Amino acid sequence: MLIPVKWLKDYVNIEGIETRELADKLTMSGSHVDSIDKIDKGVENVVVGKIEEITPHPNADKLVITKINIGEETIQIVTGAKNINEEDYVPVALVGAKLPNGMKIKKGKLRGEVSNGMLCSAGELGIKEDLISKELKDGIYILDEEYPLGKDIKSVLGLKGEVIDFEITPNRPDCLSIVGMARETAATLGKELKVPNVKLNNEVDEITDIINKLEVLNSKLCRRYYTKVVKNINVEKSPLWMRRRLIESNVRPINNIVDITNYVMLELGQPIHAFDLDKIVNNTITVRNAEKGEKMTTLDGVERELDTDMLVIADAESPIAIAGVMGGEDSEVTENTKSILIESANFDGRNVRLTSRKLGLRTEASAKFEKDLDPNISELACLRVCQLIEEIGAGEVVKGNIDIYENKSNIREIKLRPKKVNSLLGVELSVDYIIDTLNRLELESKEIDDKILVKVPTFRNDIQMETDLVEEIGRIYGFHNIQSAPLIGSLTKGGKSRNREIQDYIKYSLTGMGLNEITTYSFISPKAYDSINLHEESLKRRNVEIMNPLGEDYSVMRSTLIPNMLDVLSRNYKHGVEKAWAYEIGNSFIPKSIPVNTLPHEIKALTIGMYGETNFFNLKGILDKLFIELGIKGFEYIVEENHDTFHPGRCANILYGNHVLGTIGEIHPDVLGNYGMKERVYITELDLDIISFLTNLERKYSELPKYPSMTRDIAIVVDEDILVKQIEDIIKDNGGKLVEEINLFDIYQGEQIENGKKSVAYSIVYRSLEKTLTDEEVSKVHDKVVEKLTSELKAELRK
Amino acid sequence: MKEKIQDLRNAAIAELKNISNLSSLEEYRVKYLGKKGELTKILRGMGGLSKEERPIVGKLVNEVREELETRIETMKTELNNKAKNKKLKEEKIDVTLPGNKVNFGHRHPLMKVLEELEDVFLKMGFEIVEGPEVETVYNNFDALNSPDNHPSRDKSDTFYITEDILLRTHTSPVQIRTMKEKNPPFKIVSAGRTFRFDDVDDTHSPMFHQLEGLVIDKNITMANLKHTIDMFIKELFGEEMKTRFRPHYFPFTEPSAEVDVSCLSCKGEGCPDCHGTGWSMELLGCGMVHPEVLKNCGLDPDEYSGFAFGLGVDRIAMVKYGINNIRLLFENDMRFLNQF
Repeated sequence: MLIPVKWLKDYVNIEGIETRELADKLTMSGSHVDSIDKIDKGVENVVVGKIEEITPHPNADKLVITKINIGEETIQIVTGAKNINEEDYVPVALVGAKLPNGMKIKKGKLRGEVSNGMLCSAGELGIKEDLISKELKDGIYILDEEYPLGKDIKSVLGLKGEVIDFEITPNRPDCLSIVGMARETAATLGKELKVPNVKLNNEVDEITDIINKLEVLNSKLCRRYYTKVVKNINVEKSPLWMRRRLIESNVRPINNIVDITNYVMLELGQPIHAFDLDKIVNNTITVRNAEKGEKMTTLDGVERELDTDMLVIADAESPIAIAGVMGGEDSEVTENTKSILIESANFDGRNVRLTSRKLGLRTEASAKFEKDLDPNISELACLRVCQLIEEIGAGEVVKGNIDIYENKSNIREIKLRPKKVNSLLGVELSVDYIIDTLNRLELESKEIDDKILVKVPTFRNDIQMETDLVEEIGRIYGFHNIQSAPLIGSLTKGGKSRNREIQDYIKYSLTGMGLNEITTYSFISPKAYDSINLHEESLKRRNVEIMNPLGEDYSVMRSTLIPNMLDVLSRNYKHGVEKAWAYEIGNSFIPKSIPVNTLPHEIKALTIGMYGETNFFNLKGILDKLFIELGIKGFEYIVEENHDTFHPGRCANILYGNHVLGTIGEIHPDVLGNYGMKERVYITELDLDIISFLTNLERKYSELPKYPSMTRDIAIVVDEDILVKQIEDIIKDNGGKLVEEINLFDIYQGEQIENGKKSVAYSIVYRSLEKTLTDEEVSKVHDKVVEKLTSELKAELRK
Repeated sequence: MKEKIQDLRNAAIAELKNISNLSSLEEYRVKYLGKKGELTKILRGMGGLSKEERPIVGKLVNEVREELETRIETMKTELNNKAKNKKLKEEKIDVTLPGNKVNFGHRHPLMKVLEELEDVFLKMGFEIVEGPEVETVYNNFDALNSPDNHPSRDKSDTFYITEDILLRTHTSPVQIRTMKEKNPPFKIVSAGRTFRFDDVDDTHSPMFHQLEGLVIDKNITMANLKHTIDMFIKELFGEEMKTRFRPHYFPFTEPSAEVDVSCLSCKGEGCPDCHGTGWSMELLGCGMVHPEVLKNCGLDPDEYSGFAFGLGVDRIAMVKYGINNIRLLFENDMRFLNQF
């Protein structure tokens, strides 16, 4: 909300207060100042000049030489401007002038001719080009009056003072006006508010003789419809002071009637629309929902298709305005307009918002109506428009009004306990202070027994309950004046959940093992499941879908983190990163039912992905180490040949008893192809909820061995299809308690080994916790192991 | 006899000088002092000597033996040292060669900051809780007193799964869950993923991160809120940091405030980063829990009060690490991650 400080001064006495100070104080009472802009934007040494003579430039076709009278002297300026004529009054930047774009004017020669200054366009004076008339946009700013020559352009054009840009919170539509901000200013600074005094002097005729019918068919969406009529309109330019204020508020002046409606909207916050009464068929107005397929061309010349949820203002034949959004082109006020109907209405905010959004048409009016305005300002605003029309002599106001206002908004009464104010804010304010503060905000208050009775005016719809009043007192008192106080009494113990502790532990372990943590979006493309070759019937394709996604790429909640991991790895690969080792801990989403009608399961997943300087066993080693660190013992890797994401010969499920902890493997070359990768990639995805459940971070000391161990090496030849796991299981099962460690130290195929066979060598460490083992005792066990390997796996002992 | 011994001694000493390694020294020792050595031979041949001569010759032989033993020992030490020094010299390495490569990973900067924030509150006695990313409309909006027609409920602002289920737009639903599940007093923080209908650009991402805090007890005041936030900001950014509480509007708190913090670049002096104001704007939103919210969670606003606050983790991470494009946080380029 742009507030020119000069305009604000009409309604509240803030003489002698620096704009910066004013801005700071209002910021601290809840009206956050975004910026303060100087209206002159730093213009210096630019004066009014009159073009006395224009002659061609001897050396340049596109330039002319002008003689400019600037009062005390006449100077020569060379210009390329096209739109100037002799006798024009123009802004002249003299030698030494400064312009908002940083330009400094110097004495100079243009193609050999002396030029002692520059003629300025509006833009060069820092006036927004879309705020001035079209003819002047592309050329020198031709002044509209014969101002005193040599006079500072800033005083002539009113380029003085400052404009404050306030950020108004959505609960305070009453602040979207000069008067609203004047009220805030008055309350914040303890000054008096001067509300505009509206009085009409020369009303003629009678409105009911002119308007045949006015009806509101949907009083829910149109809470109030207040109108007056003005005749004998003389449409022309509005006075300079009004145009200046509009420009300072970023509104483009158009003509006196439109300007007045905009002026009052800025002043009081009520959007006003003026219809050309002669274009309203039958002088009949109906406020109703649009009919199906109904069309209307709005002021901006665009034909709009309406739907039945939209509210329109219609004459006897067709819509003439989209309620609260924009008027129609047909009934627009033009130079030929003779009489007007002024609409000062109140429309439902939500409906205006939805309509404006559906049409892709947001206007000053819709932005205000969206916030739900106070219906009780409609009348004042309409009368204010009439008053201004009368004042500048733009027409004759017709007596009477038509006001359709069924459900009146009334003053609300709220009881406030002073104790509540102090206990919520943590301050000790007196009842008198509280009452005084509320009164300053026009919240009429008086003490009754031990309570304060507050009358809340209808423009403060945000104040609904006691706490809302506490906030009002708090913000005027100033949050910065509340002395901070430590929490006492409620001493609670801080902490993390067990699952979070485990998660953090995993993250630090993996980081220590050389993996980078990544974080990716929770939503993915359903096509990602095809990219990872997920089976058509896979349960993971049962998605939690987003109704209104940002596009297919972000349209389903991921049921696995693998596609995101592959995205990250392939992106790195394509960027030429030689090695990427990464992990992500994040949620996967599994619907409880299809269609989804309850919150889905959110399962924490840990996904690790690697390429570069790695292989399957490197990743497996990371997992083994991680599980050991987490105190999970007895997990197994079971061959998995049917997971289509993975290489059929290089994939395993990780099991713990009946629990599936996850899957590990090398990514299938087809999948790698889908991601444009030629490097082997290894990925594991684990169910972190189960892992957390199995984790045991408690540690107990177990006694260090007192007796020496004995190591026996063994090398056997077996069929190449035998898994080392089978061999190790036999060693474990038959070695019993004495086997302390089984270390695989060699696997060999080739010379000396028959085709289809492999040689596997272990070193087995035997130890007893009770005594020093003898050779015979170890041999007894070891021979049994060898014997079982031979009988069960047809292993041959290599000598 | 004596002369013979003397000659042997002289010959032995002369020979010793030519010995240059440990193995020839051993050979030398055996030659003179071994079981069949020269000196031993003389002792053995003493049977032919007279009684008077025997002790004299014996003594002489022993003297020579001792002398040779000492000399051999000295020689041995010398040779050992020589060998050791030679080995040390040979083992010289170029210590300026690079060290062996050790793998060590890096935490994601967002997660790092998120945990740092959590840790500050942990120290202040807050409990860390979590909530789901997919939430009910009730927990995300209704229970938080969000008006029915609030624009943030629109499908152009919020991702919906069904009419009643959505992707949470803030971490505030965790407040509702906590208040419903637990009995006051409590002090919690919850950080995590949040979602809004924003296209990806340099400063926007449809997924971002928030941290939410909630304190509920009897007699909690705005003065307590200010103190907690002040402590947090000082702990996080340093003692010299100031805060500024500006009245603001949130549906779920009343009164509500936005908190500005001394500009993180200039610490309040005024610089281009803060447009000369000295403040980093809107770092945090907070307020006293709205009585309607308390009631929605079964708490009596006349018995309990509390405060809540929330802040954007991504923005703090970006300010802290000088990251100028939010996309970097979600692209996970290893060259980016390796910097943290």
